[in-house]
Amino acid sequence: MTRRIAVVGAGMAAARFAQQTLAHAPVGEVQLTLFGHEPHAPYNRALLADVLTGRYRPESIALPTGGADIRHGCEVVALDPRARTLRTATGESVSYDTLVLATGANPVLPPIRNLHSTVGTGLKEGVHAFRTLADCVRLAEAAANATRAVVVGGGVLGVSAARALAALGLPVEIVHQAPHLMERHLDEEAGQTVRRALLAMGAAVYTENRARALHGAEGVTGLELAGGHVLDTDLVVLACGVRPRSALAKAAGLTVRRGVVVDDTLATSAPDVYAIGDCAEHRGTVHGLSGPAWEQADVLAGRLSGARPHAVHTGSRVLARLSAGAIEIAAFGDVTDADRDTDVLRLTDATRGSYKKLVMRDDRLVGAILVGDLATVGDLTHAYEREEPLPPDPLHLLTTQGAHQ
Amino acid sequence: MTSAPPPPVDTHCPYCSLQCGMRLRPVEPARAGAPGVEIVERPDFPVNRGALCGKGHSAAELLSSRHRLTAPLVREGGTLRETTWPRALDRAASVLEKTATRYGRDAVGVFGGGGLTNEKAYLLGKFARVALRTANIDYNGRFCMSSAAAAHRAAFGLDRGLPFPMEDVARTGCVILVGSNLADTMPPALRYLREQQAAGGRLIVVDPRRTRTAEPADLHLQPVPGTDLALALGLLHLVIADGHVDEDFIATRTTGFERARASAMAHWPERVERITGVPVAQQRKAVELFTEAGTGMVLTARGPEQQSKGVDTVGAWINLCLATGRAGRPLSGYGCLTGQGNGQGGREHGQKADQLPGYRSITDPAARAHVGEVWGIDPDDLPGPGRSAYELLDTLGTDGGVRSLLLMGSNPVVSAPNAEHITERLRSLDSLVVCDVVLSETARLADVVLPSAQWAEEDGTMTNLEGRVILRHAAVAPPEGVRTDLYTLHELAARLGCEKGFPADAEEVFEELRQASAGGDADYSGITYDRVRKQDGVFWPCPDGEEGTPRLFLDRFATPDGRARFADVSHRPAAEVPDADFPLHLTTGRVLAQYQSGAQTRRTPELNRAAPGPFVELHPRLARRIGVGEGDLLAVTSRRGRALAPARLSGAIRPDTVFMPFHWAGPGRANTLTNPALDPVSRMPEFKVCAVRVEKAPAEATETAEAAETAEATGMVEVAETVETAKTAGESS
Repeated sequence: MTRRIAVVGAGMAAARFAQQTLAHAPVGEVQLTLFGHEPHAPYNRALLADVLTGRYRPESIALPTGGADIRHGCEVVALDPRARTLRTATGESVSYDTLVLATGANPVLPPIRNLHSTVGTGLKEGVHAFRTLADCVRLAEAAANATRAVVVGGGVLGVSAARALAALGLPVEIVHQAPHLMERHLDEEAGQTVRRALLAMGAAVYTENRARALHGAEGVTGLELAGGHVLDTDLVVLACGVRPRSALAKAAGLTVRRGVVVDDTLATSAPDVYAIGDCAEHRGTVHGLSGPAWEQADVLAGRLSGARPHAVHTGSRVLARLSAGAIEIAAFGDVTDADRDTDVLRLTDATRGSYKKLVMRDDRLVGAILVGDLATVGDLTHAYEREEPLPPDPLHLLTTQGAHQ
Repeated sequence: MTSAPPPPVDTHCPYCSLQCGMRLRPVEPARAGAPGVEIVERPDFPVNRGALCGKGHSAAELLSSRHRLTAPLVREGGTLRETTWPRALDRAASVLEKTATRYGRDAVGVFGGGGLTNEKAYLLGKFARVALRTANIDYNGRFCMSSAAAAHRAAFGLDRGLPFPMEDVARTGCVILVGSNLADTMPPALRYLREQQAAGGRLIVVDPRRTRTAEPADLHLQPVPGTDLALALGLLHLVIADGHVDEDFIATRTTGFERARASAMAHWPERVERITGVPVAQQRKAVELFTEAGTGMVLTARGPEQQSKGVDTVGAWINLCLATGRAGRPLSGYGCLTGQGNGQGGREHGQKADQLPGYRSITDPAARAHVGEVWGIDPDDLPGPGRSAYELLDTLGTDGGVRSLLLMGSNPVVSAPNAEHITERLRSLDSLVVCDVVLSETARLADVVLPSAQWAEEDGTMTNLEGRVILRHAAVAPPEGVRTDLYTLHELAARLGCEKGFPADAEEVFEELRQASAGGDADYSGITYDRVRKQDGVFWPCPDGEEGTPRLFLDRFATPDGRARFADVSHRPAAEVPDADFPLHLTTGRVLAQYQSGAQTRRTPELNRAAPGPFVELHPRLARRIGVGEGDLLAVTSRRGRALAPARLSGAIRPDTVFMPFHWAGPGRANTLTNPALDPVSRMPEFKVCAVRVEKAPAEATETAEAAETAEATGMVEVAETVETAKTAGESS
């Protein structure tokens, strides 16, 4: 008896789930279909910045899906969990035995005046989101004709986009609300180190600044900051984070808070409906990173393929890792040093643009930042993931690779 | 010195797959109990050009009768006692026959070895299929090259360890050596890497330990054990990202790139860094070195192969060669550094559960018809595929499993994974018949032990890691009371009703092997003893009337369409990953002065002095953390058992990993710990990674280990006593 598994979404979590499920399920037992609203088969979103720089051709970043049936350009608009059917934008009704929501996330559009086009519902000409391959292709075209660019948002995505645009030879400015770059992952000194590295590539950073309005009648000509200053630009990239795509689940009556709420088996509140990846809220957390998404995909694939029927997801240890050209950043865990229980070890090498920080509680690593020199990243992440006790002199963890002592 | 001494005899080393040429010079006058020959250089043999390692140099020591079995033994009243050949053979044949009658033919099993000559491997396979008519024959080579063999066949349509002679290694632009410590395991091969680097070539070594092989490399990548697959996919990713793909080669000589590329896209550098611990910068450096050079090779050994995903791992490394056009071209390609002396030939001629001579599939009707004709039997009488090595051993003595086993040239008590369990299985057999040179740990459990002639005492061909068929010559007579394995098979076959078809003469067997292999992948039909002598070996395939083939695939790959196939593979974790109870990786391997289960080298005083016993290598940081110092006795515990061995501190190993060499029996046996999780295709066990706990051994364990060490140091005593000792030690452990 073939089980029909329908996956709503064809992004990274969906692709990983499909590949893992079909790799482990007995041959012929599972019929797996991915419904994706994007016009492409699943691809690796983590590589988009380097699609922008031209390092990857758009078609070469396709991900394996284990032979799943891929219905791209096919948006799912309604679910009926009781009838076990879904309906597509074209009006087709599809029955399933098991449903997996992997709808991902949408970019957050910041409250900026004049953001939208005066005709139609899209963004103003010259203004781009940076979430999908289509965004990326459009942005690449626009960048080829632009004279200067502004990136709104200085998180991982903003830094990555700014560096890619700078690599294309555009003067770039980053406008960021927080006091320093990537504040969710880095401390101030690390943020400053990244800022200097960006500047060396031709990207200036304005922190503690908010974009207020866009100038230009048709195409964008400038971006006005909250203080009134106007940055001249003909290309604006919005990198203000993402929000789970949960409307479909909500409309179907599933429990949704920030994301679609799942338990440790990745089950939603509806029978035989699961959620993974950026759209899922697990133990109160919504991640928006490929690492946790793939961990969830693996657990669910283990359960639904029968390979690991009792697998559970107990949460992810998140590693923020960015290679943006010459800028290498890794950060994980708690990196603040306000806590009086923690010991902090810092190494700064301004000439080489490296900054390293370990945060320890007793003899355990609770967080770390590496910028510039990542030679010890493997050792550190392993120590963190496995909660290994640290050596009496943890300086070694910053200066040498474990085995070369 | 008046009469001319007998001329020296050219032959080959009894140890690893390099099969170094050596010359045996008779010792005049002969001394009782001492070897009759001494080993001298044979500078004209191309593979080693005269060089030998310590194992090769000291190999003659084992010819001496004082280390040897010199009479057949049979178990009487629980004790092995010397007997005559006719009695021992009668007993062996009758126990095998009795089991077949009582439980069916498949209840009789055969377990061979990768050290056996081609002739023995061939005749052993024939013996199983024709004389015993059992499906259940496999060999320890399953533990050795089976993953590389399967990946090789999938990618190229043919499995010859190296598709080029070793001399090509010295001339290639970049070598990526994955999981090989050849400086210790086949030292004379090291010179090819030295020459390669001296000529401006680059060497990248992938190994969780900074070994003597890794030390001089241009780049050493030190992945977490069990993550080589992710590393290979990550390097392929960078090859694609950085524009180093050879589009023409892919278009004209390969199939399946799209899927391989998609899989590589799922293994981007930062993700691979997290899985493997190899920093992105080092991955980039590796790709830079590999693609900058105009030619390149990837050579794998047991590191990536002895994993429960060994076939996929090798496939991923082959993908790297194919994507960059480093295959099927001069001075480029993928190769497997075979381990055992005849690991290559041993897998070609029917010792493997699923194969017939000539590397034919036992399920292929055409192959069965051909071999049936050569053997003079109805193809329908040939058994089908039997159990793979571990599965065969794992079911010994059980319902539906093998009840009586003939074992030749292998020592699974030491070399099998989950060895304590396998030892129990061997003990549970109705009968165990062992053919060996010495009273190995496994032979001690036998009901019948048949002493074998070895290397310098008999003729026979071997096929080295290059696919070069070489010839060993008898240079001395075996000790009194010792017979060749071919004689043993001849006699047993006769007792089982096969008077014909089992010649005891090696060249006669080889002539039949030529016919049986004709038309197969490993076609030996054009190879003769004379030709091997004249040409310093002949590379297969060598069909009758043609020249040998030193270099494969230059025009086409051996697949039906002539194209190499990319593997569609994805990383998966090791079968056992560290957790709170077993927080460390264990990886196992070899040391310079010992070989495999140590049956030979532990009996060679010079080698045993150099490497007298097991140890646990661990990083000083880990040692500090668990509060142990150099030389402290450690207890290493896995889900399968506990091993005891002294600590050896070394900054050369990852701090999350400990290493144990596996050459020893007793309390320090590494294979007590190893995980028999099998590769789904090759059925290779996961020797190279399992999860363990390491702690200082409790005091009473220290005494046990010391007692065992003393027993080992005293060596062979009177046979019956040794057996008693072994049983006692076994029961208390």
